Amino acid sequence: MIKKFALTALAALALTSGGAYAAGGGEQHIEDFAFSFEGPFGTFDQNQLQRGLKVYTEVCSACHGLKYLTFRNLGDEGGPHYSDDEVRAYASGFEVFDPELDDTRPATPADHFPPSNLENAPDLTLMAKARAGFHGPYGLGINQIVKGMGGPEYIASILTGYTGKEKEQAGTTFYENTAFPGGWIAMAPPLDDGLVEFDDGHSNSLHHMAEDVSAFLMWTAEPKMMARKQAGFTGVLFLAIFACLMYLTNKRLWAPVKKKAKEA
Amino acid sequence: MSDILTRQQQQADESRRDFLYYATAGAAVVTTGAAIWPLIDSMNPSADVSALAVVDIDLEGVEPGSRITLKWKGKPVFIDHRTEERIAQARADDDAPMIDPEPDAERVQRPEWLVVIGVCTHLGCIPLGQGGSDPTGDWNGWFCPCHGSHYDTSGRIRKGPAPRNLDVPPYEFVSDTLVKIG
Amino acid sequence: MAGIPHDHYEPKTGIEKWLHSRLNVVGLLYDTLMIPTPKNLNWMWIWGIVLVFCLVLQIATGVVLVMHYTPHVDLAFASIEHIMRDVNGGHMIRYMHMNGASLFFVAVYAHIFRGLYYGSYKAPREVTWIIGMLIYLLMMGTAFMGYVLPWGQMSFHGTAVITGLFGAIPGIGEAIQTWLLGATAVGQPALNRFFSLHYLLPFVIAGLVIVHVWAFHSTGNNNPTGVEVRRGSKAEAEKDTLPFWPYFVIKDIFALAVILVVFFAIVGFMPNYLGHPDNYIEANPLATPAHIVPEWYFLPFYAILRAFTADVWAVQFVSFITGGIIDAKFFGVLAMFGAIAVMALAPWLDTSSVRSGRYRPMFKWWFAVLCVDFMVLMWVGARPAEFPYDWISLIASAYWFAYFLVILPLLGVLEKPDTPPATIEDDFKAHYGKSSDATPAE
Repeated sequence: MIKKFALTALAALALTSGGAYAAGGGEQHIEDFAFSFEGPFGTFDQNQLQRGLKVYTEVCSACHGLKYLTFRNLGDEGGPHYSDDEVRAYASGFEVFDPELDDTRPATPADHFPPSNLENAPDLTLMAKARAGFHGPYGLGINQIVKGMGGPEYIASILTGYTGKEKEQAGTTFYENTAFPGGWIAMAPPLDDGLVEFDDGHSNSLHHMAEDVSAFLMWTAEPKMMARKQAGFTGVLFLAIFACLMYLTNKRLWAPVKKKAKEA
Repeated sequence: MSDILTRQQQQADESRRDFLYYATAGAAVVTTGAAIWPLIDSMNPSADVSALAVVDIDLEGVEPGSRITLKWKGKPVFIDHRTEERIAQARADDDAPMIDPEPDAERVQRPEWLVVIGVCTHLGCIPLGQGGSDPTGDWNGWFCPCHGSHYDTSGRIRKGPAPRNLDVPPYEFVSDTLVKIG
Repeated sequence: MAGIPHDHYEPKTGIEKWLHSRLNVVGLLYDTLMIPTPKNLNWMWIWGIVLVFCLVLQIATGVVLVMHYTPHVDLAFASIEHIMRDVNGGHMIRYMHMNGASLFFVAVYAHIFRGLYYGSYKAPREVTWIIGMLIYLLMMGTAFMGYVLPWGQMSFHGTAVITGLFGAIPGIGEAIQTWLLGATAVGQPALNRFFSLHYLLPFVIAGLVIVHVWAFHSTGNNNPTGVEVRRGSKAEAEKDTLPFWPYFVIKDIFALAVILVVFFAIVGFMPNYLGHPDNYIEANPLATPAHIVPEWYFLPFYAILRAFTADVWAVQFVSFITGGIIDAKFFGVLAMFGAIAVMALAPWLDTSSVRSGRYRPMFKWWFAVLCVDFMVLMWVGARPAEFPYDWISLIASAYWFAYFLVILPLLGVLEKPDTPPATIEDDFKAHYGKSSDATPAE
């Protein structure tokens, strides 16, 4: 009976995910980018994060903030991993308001990035996690498990998804975008081929810039991803060993009882 | 099978069982420890708190004779740009009888800059003397209003219940005008 | 404990006797741990230990999280990010707490359905069952209030929707909703009180768990055959049982370790999979997310809530005879709480003379349909309220009620049950005995 129950449960589960996946088609088109941090052992690419930071600084930061990120995070190992001096120099380019001075001062590494400049421009720190549920009308995030796709793919697809068409509605210009739900987005195409010059000479085509800044935003959303995967891996490995030991102990403990039942 | 063989078999069985039980118990203890440690560790200072453990302070514009206060690790740090007169006063008293004798030269890296933690060593009050109109005590340094401790221009305790001189935090001059505390 | 005869704790050394005559704590622990347990318990009897583990996990991680969390509308969201970014190991502790809630509900549903199949709710275990249902209700309350604390979009608008349920009560509904929220809308008063209660309720649950354990230690465990342990003498009882320690503790911990492997894989590699992405957007009272979906463990009952719309004849009928006092909205709320209430009443609705579903040929099928029904409700709860999902949820909801209110009472009369084994010992032997053609237990 338990077997039957398990089978039914499995069948129902398969139905659930299948249904949600089928319903996920829609008109949105999200491209599957290959990011270095995907998979159980994937890590952030330091150079890519540094390029992404440059795209953010030169383009996105005009409107969008990163208020949950601190400048010191830029020195994190496994992240962009800048040196202390580089972090200090980068931070001092920003002005922050200090309530103790009741005045603005240059930012220090301990300060946070500024929030968004425009009211309708959302903060980007957590965007890669907040937009992980595309496809599937109810945000079940089936793509995360079926295709290994999530927020960064969505962001990169938005940045590369402009068709060039515009329309005006109630005084606001909307731009057609194949990745945006509904197809029309209020954000003007932010990136163009060759807009940002990379220090490491990496290709600065639209596609590559979109990919780099998306990877950077994944890092801002989940800076502890590497530590988390490592802890998960250690936990799984250790618990698996522990489970094997428990299995043997349990078997040995019950052996005499079961043997007696056999002989009686 | 002979009795001896059976007994040997049993003994081998038992030692195998003991080993398994010990290994399992050991793994259980390690697992529990590994589960509890992160919970305890999470109560240590978090990254944002640690980030404030080093403070850079720009001394440009701090005139001789003026004092500034800044916050370091949640405590006030007093920086006194000492005048020649104050330095001379501090040096002259090096041999005077004191509660906690210490020569002025050992308390400063550069004589014109005195850097001390502004917490009275008696019971943790903040001594007066930073504001221009504050009482500075009998030795022209700082005066703790809680129990009447007087500190001199080197931050040494001269009169009152405090047992120690004002503590000197770890600091270094990155340049002539930039000090890194912590 | 009462019922099954077994050895009791005998203090031997001086210090043991000294303590024993003052506080019988060792004796209590001894009786609890050494309780005679039917030796034929199968792998569906592991969930109790898993649930205790979940409770401990949630309280331990929760207490630590509270040290870094700020229950203020302007700071709550940022304080969660502070935990995720700055607190040592904070991201793991938070993810464990978040996914721990899911593990808790996986275990509680398995535990409940095990009880439903093997008739664990039937006399004399009604009190155990009722207390279990109370624990389940408190768990739902605690989980709901915990979900509010991160103060994301789903937290905020989910709270608005769920407290809106109470607003459906005729006449006094609005007053109750205002009282619950401490305001006319979700805001600082709601966040603060939910925080307080989210901290309190787990300890109430812990207290009820002790009573739950006490209750089934008074009656003895049920087991897959539903046959009671023989209690004529200690020797007789020992043929049917083994002490809980070490036999079942070790078995349960093995099962727990296997479950934790899966749990850690989820926490480590897909920690946000079971949550809603919109909760990573800070709450904004002026913009509702496109789709509000409760956490997965609420979906079956959420589906029942939505199933009864004004077009359903039963709703129209009830609305007519109550003169419109019970409208569709209130009917939905009643149906949702009723779905849990009928489950709690199972001990009195089930008329069968045989306890375990294993010996009930017709019941087995109806029960299997109930399991599928539960899954269907969970699935349909996350679908939009449109054709064909509205019909599916209506049929599935109707089956849920029919199972408890019609099928369970009727089956006891209509069904001719098989004969269960005479003793637990027989069942155990049939499973592990020589004759390989004996009916395997599972």
